[in-house]
Amino acid sequence: MAGRISITASCSISQSRVSKNGEALFTLPAAGIDETLLAMYQQLGINYPKFYKMDNLSKLGFLAAEVLLKDNFQHDEYQPEEVGLLLMNASSSLDADLKYWESAQDIASPKLFVYTLPNIVIGEICIRNNFKGEHAFYISPQFDVELLLQQAGYLFDNSILNACICGWVELIGQEYQAVLYLLERNEAGMPFNEITLNKIYRSV
Amino acid sequence: MAKQVYIIADNIYSPLGATTAQNFDRLKHGTSAVKIHTDKRLSDMPVAAAVFAPDDFPQGEYTKFEQLLIASIEDALKNTAVDPRNPRTGLVISSTKGNISLIENHPYDSALKKRVDLGASAALIAQRFGFTSQPIVICNACVSGVMAILTAARMIESGRFENVVVAGADVVSKFVVSGFQSFQALSSEVCKPFDKDRNGLNLGEGAATVILSESEQYKGRIRVSGGGITNDANHISGPSRTGQELADAIASALKTAGVQASEIDMVSVHGTATPYNDEMEANALTLAGLQHSRVTGIKGYYGHTLGAAGLIEAVISLKCMEDSLVLPTLGFTNAGTKPLQVTTKLEEVKINHCLKTASGFGGCNAAMILSK
Repeated sequence: MAGRISITASCSISQSRVSKNGEALFTLPAAGIDETLLAMYQQLGINYPKFYKMDNLSKLGFLAAEVLLKDNFQHDEYQPEEVGLLLMNASSSLDADLKYWESAQDIASPKLFVYTLPNIVIGEICIRNNFKGEHAFYISPQFDVELLLQQAGYLFDNSILNACICGWVELIGQEYQAVLYLLERNEAGMPFNEITLNKIYRSV
Repeated sequence: MAKQVYIIADNIYSPLGATTAQNFDRLKHGTSAVKIHTDKRLSDMPVAAAVFAPDDFPQGEYTKFEQLLIASIEDALKNTAVDPRNPRTGLVISSTKGNISLIENHPYDSALKKRVDLGASAALIAQRFGFTSQPIVICNACVSGVMAILTAARMIESGRFENVVVAGADVVSKFVVSGFQSFQALSSEVCKPFDKDRNGLNLGEGAATVILSESEQYKGRIRVSGGGITNDANHISGPSRTGQELADAIASALKTAGVQASEIDMVSVHGTATPYNDEMEANALTLAGLQHSRVTGIKGYYGHTLGAAGLIEAVISLKCMEDSLVLPTLGFTNAGTKPLQVTTKLEEVKINHCLKTASGFGGCNAAMILSK
């Protein structure tokens, strides 16, 4: 498959607001993080019981991926191994780490421990969508556009991936921000370059 | 790969030694770093792990995690002309938990958060050596080390960097020990990769570094010739039942390297010695057509060093290739998986191509080919 890499969809979730392709889908009343993530799940009309056992970082990334892919992604156009994920954040899984460690003072729980790795959110999105391609989780103090351009560029240029979800999924305590991009080979999408990625990221 | 990527320097900094040479010598003599510890700072119960002496890394400007990385990078850089200050020199760091042990004894606040973040450690390491390019941190469970090497090789291949320093480290902490205990994944003795009596893994700590270069002046050195990464899309903590996705990663790695399965002289497996991992890996190797290749696992010497494991195991593989030696798989006696050629003795074998595999939580699999 040939063709220019384009951004064919984007999604952002922050400050109780869920946006898709630059337009607000809905804004929820301000609430605690647990309530907010649950309310978003309900508002989006998703039925996926595994959501409830996820940690908050995974919930955030899962919801952002759901919004990103809905109506914009044709699963049957791709083989599972052609679709990958490149995600990054600043705090790794620290939110889950703190919760695990607090609980471990009593009895350490494997259900909490498994979320003490940031790439689990990638695993959850892969399980939901049967994506089996290349993936990576990077830690960076800020959104590293250059890294995404290089890595995604390499994976497309070498025909390793034909679709890729990439972006920023950060959550610690009550603070959170997700900005995801869907990359595909498509002449009609927005250009996959620094200016466009930054513009979408900053419009949050 | 279009451009050749050479491994031009390396280091292992582990409880077995401060240089690759020291480490390899200990392995050739069959020495394991895994011991039973009764240190309450690690666990209330005795734990079999490969750790440094408790007071080896007094906390100063740098944490133990950072001191390990610094020691390893310093030794690897020592005998090269690679200049960290050159913007065409990259730094890739691999770790799963970095400074997480800090949360064990300090209340959480913004100052602690700034110190725990892997980005903070990466910035300190970059500053220490004068790197001017932005460090890249990979945190992708137990495949982090292999993924870090592949990422660096690809950055050279795509022209971003001329040289890349790739370093990985993890520290055994109460946080990590308690988590693996909660999974009942730890063995109470030296682990037994691929053995029928294997009953869990050992945790280990340490650091390792490889320096990659595109420069043709290193022609003749071992190359990173191919790689592949896949996801099981099956379960976040259990490996694939079939091993198909690891087999797919191996197939991609062979394809990019332009190597047939029959040309793989040695496989350095992940081999954690948990019942599920080794079974899955044996299935994957069989699916990939590698049931006749020599298979060696070195977790019995180092334990599972998490984010450092892929790097430590790659460096040992490199030494095996250079010295035409295959190491015995410490802990293995009787086959307990699909039949594989698991090594049981130190053997002289010419190794032209070596496969390194890794798998981890989140359903991730990685495969990399090293070639002469």
